[in-house]
Amino acid sequence: MSTTLRPTPSPTEARIRTPLAKARGLGSAKSGTDHFWLQRVTAVSNFVLVVVVLLQIARLAGADYATVKTAMKSPLLSLPLLLLVLSGMVHMRLGMQTIIEDYFHSEGRKVLLLMLNTFFVILVGLTCVYAVAKLSFGA
Amino acid sequence: MANADMQRPKARPLSPHLQIYSPLINMVMSIVHRITGAALYVGTLLLAWWLVAIASGPDYFAYVNGIMGSPLGLIVLLGYSWALLHHMIGGIRHLIWDTGRGFDLASVDRLSWGTIILSLALTVMLWIWGLSMRGGI
Ligand code: HEM
Repeated sequence: MSTTLRPTPSPTEARIRTPLAKARGLGSAKSGTDHFWLQRVTAVSNFVLVVVVLLQIARLAGADYATVKTAMKSPLLSLPLLLLVLSGMVHMRLGMQTIIEDYFHSEGRKVLLLMLNTFFVILVGLTCVYAVAKLSFGA
Repeated sequence: MANADMQRPKARPLSPHLQIYSPLINMVMSIVHRITGAALYVGTLLLAWWLVAIASGPDYFAYVNGIMGSPLGLIVLLGYSWALLHHMIGGIRHLIWDTGRGFDLASVDRLSWGTIILSLALTVMLWIWGLSMRGGI
């Protein structure tokens, strides 16, 4: 974006323009660019990690228990998998937040769903982390 | 400004509703990106379930593996892997757009069809490759 110098606003224009200071932090989500940016950052990390993890998991299709367990013990799988869970948690929570804000307009229902979104993401995410950690460190 | 006319709401012209447009490929792709995103969200339950099954031991793993390996289970996993690849490639498309590039109609069409074709092709390749491995390297 080019930064053109704007002429001093005329008195009329000055009155019409929205005072940014008043608008700041008052959007429906109370925040803006950090949501957008974090969604992009995690999109990039998801991409790399999905490629690494998906190839390793796909080849476990139909494999027996011992093979799967051995594969899960390898840090070459468990580490990118943990990173993917972390990156995915941030990404999916932000993404679902956008969907909820788009379709639910009553404040009560929206706030409830946004809460459930956070709970779901943490529950599923930490369940994955727990299982991977148990396989990596446990017996 | 308050006068009698303002008291009763007037019928105002509305902008055209979504359904009067014939669907264009980029409209379809936009909603598919959202649907696949939501499907992946719910589908993380499958990943968690599978990981818990492995961590729980051979008996529970055999039980979960049986469900996931059943015809219905395989269809769900096939759909899940396609959703992931489609959303992933569609996500790259979004990142290209974020740089301000690819907004002309020809590019939008090309990126849209490219996403569909590539996601289907990669899904087929992933499954052929994965099933031929059976845990090998
Ligand atoms: C694999 C690599 C992935 C990439 C490159 C990617 C990329 C993106 C991008 C760029 C967006 C923003 C689209 C927009 O602004 O309209 C997005 C949205 C979203 N993503 Fe992903 N994503 C990936 C994986 C995932 C995964 C694994 C999940 C869920 C577990 C997920 C869930 C979502 C959801 C729910 C949205 C919101 C959809 C919407 O607002 O319409 N994504 N993704």
